[in-house]
Amino acid sequence: MFLKPLLTSTAFAVLLALSPLVPAGEAIPVGADPVLQARMMKLATVLRCLVCQNQTIADSHADLAQDLRRQIIELMQQGKTDDQVMDYMVQRYGDFVLYRPPVKSTTALLWFGPAALVLLGGFAFYRSARHRNRAGAEEDQPLTPEQQQRADALLLDEEGSV
Amino acid sequence: MSRFWPLAVFVALVGFLYVGLYRDPREVPSPLIGKPAPQFQLPTVDNPAKTVTRDAMLGHVYLVNVWASWCVSCREEHPLLVEFARQHPVEILGLDYKDTRPEAMAWLGQFGNPYQSALFDADGRVGIDFGVYGVPETFVVDKKGVIRYKQIGPFTPEALNNKLLPLLQTLNSET
Repeated sequence: MFLKPLLTSTAFAVLLALSPLVPAGEAIPVGADPVLQARMMKLATVLRCLVCQNQTIADSHADLAQDLRRQIIELMQQGKTDDQVMDYMVQRYGDFVLYRPPVKSTTALLWFGPAALVLLGGFAFYRSARHRNRAGAEEDQPLTPEQQQRADALLLDEEGSV
Repeated sequence: MSRFWPLAVFVALVGFLYVGLYRDPREVPSPLIGKPAPQFQLPTVDNPAKTVTRDAMLGHVYLVNVWASWCVSCREEHPLLVEFARQHPVEILGLDYKDTRPEAMAWLGQFGNPYQSALFDADGRVGIDFGVYGVPETFVVDKKGVIRYKQIGPFTPEALNNKLLPLLQTLNSET
């Protein structure tokens, strides 16, 4: 009876201890040349994996990402430059593979939208601040004699009631 | 007037979010549409000695249907393609993506074979050239060898009848 929780927790501890080993075994890509490997990893960290869209090709364990890492190495072995490899990817998968999309008409909103919003917000803030200032200035006008009389009466009344 | 601004912004935001609800982020438009189909030269699934090349297909309107025996949604799509190929004169090349021959053969035996040729892309290199990132995908190639349409994910009966069929008719009437 008491053995069962003990067994489960032991099994759990063993699994927990082993778990870091599992991805570590998979993560070593082929390709012997460490220089090429480093170049490949540099590109792979700016390319999006299309299967698991929020990961780079360098991070992803998806089959396609592994194939693409292998493909990058092979292209480099053929003497392709980094730019040529990037072009190769864009030709096949489009700008979407690039984590840093190029500046062009279709991406203008993406690149300049935030700055435009900040400017717009600043302008709106400036206008409303000025508007408020002007309203404040109007309030600073001296009281008319009638208003003054009423205010005095109210103040007196208040003092009297204390 | 100015107090309606927040409401206007809110309505615009809701509009964007509403449209976003119905868009599939997995559908990445292919840059290959309007470009020549990539070069390929592949053996068929049933006969390693027989190869099919892109250039041999020039002058034909054809489909390249990327599938695999391990692909679950291909099972939904496959019977539709078999039926479509039986009803309409259409040339379909299968591109068996990262698969094994025995499994692919067994799969075709079980579910039927709509393909004129089933090409065997064991390491997925031709798949990469086609920009394949999920199976199934289907490309429509015109007589000049230019890719005109890409279906991402399985064909539905609606897509087959409302999109593919009219497109094939147009492409077939082109010279």
